[in-house]
Amino acid sequence: MVVINMNSIGEECNKLKHEYDTCFNKWFAEKFLKGESNDECVSLFKKYQDCVKKAIEAQKIDLWELEKDVLGTEQEQKPNPKKRSDGKT
Amino acid sequence: MGKFYEGTNTFRFTWDQVAQAFWARYPNPYSQHVLSEDVFHRYIEDGKLYTKRLLQKTNRLPKWGEKIIGASCRSVFVVEESVVDPKNKIVTTYTRNVGMTSVMVVEEKCVYRPSKENLRWTAIVRQAWVSSSVFGFRRAIQAFGVERFKQNASKAFRGYQYVLEHMFQSGIQQETGTALFVDKDRLRERAKQATKFAKSKTVPIVAQCATNGQ
Repeated sequence: MVVINMNSIGEECNKLKHEYDTCFNKWFAEKFLKGESNDECVSLFKKYQDCVKKAIEAQKIDLWELEKDVLGTEQEQKPNPKKRSDGKT
Repeated sequence: MGKFYEGTNTFRFTWDQVAQAFWARYPNPYSQHVLSEDVFHRYIEDGKLYTKRLLQKTNRLPKWGEKIIGASCRSVFVVEESVVDPKNKIVTTYTRNVGMTSVMVVEEKCVYRPSKENLRWTAIVRQAWVSSSVFGFRRAIQAFGVERFKQNASKAFRGYQYVLEHMFQSGIQQETGTALFVDKDRLRERAKQATKFAKSKTVPIVAQCATNGQ
């Protein structure tokens, strides 16, 4: 199987990200999809997160915007917004 | 309220395969607009996997758009929330842009399930909302946003298809000769190009955003 990894937002995190991605992809295919939900990549994830959180902060992104939940909440858009009688929205 | 768009795509791959490729779908030859991808939040609850990913994408605007928006960044950040439910075979995703939301908000919800037509296939129902609150240009921006969304959705589908073929059909190609190796090299070359592209674009984008005080 050919797997080429995508880059991280922080170049310095690429190696940690690729190590984690490799572990995760294997675990996801071989364990998680088969009903075993014990995460085996926790320590690699932690190392990667320590790096990537700093890289995200450096981009000055609003962390509240980033972290907030939308999926599964009232904030999700609804399937068909009301249309005006002339068909314009 | 903005514009609403809905569509369905079908992959001739099983739900398990599509779910696996979900995490490996970048880079691909159609994803040159995706510059980086990071998981920043992840946990498992009741056998479901909850993830938030941050994607950095290019944000090419038409000339008139640059005039209106002026001090805009050339890249935009997108948050992708997802839930993978292996028991019921459902992947649900919700994607929204962060930053630039005063100009345009694009939200997309996708639900991946085994196709009703054929349980060995996977259907994706895609819903999207594009809205803008820029006075006087709302409709023009929304129309542009919908068009770009459709183009990007089409690229996303082709890219996903490409990754699925390479992950799960390489065995078939191997039987017919050296196709697998050729494809491997080609894929590596394309990934290299995407990386090079990403690097070449990232520097001016960041510089530009910094000078704009964003």
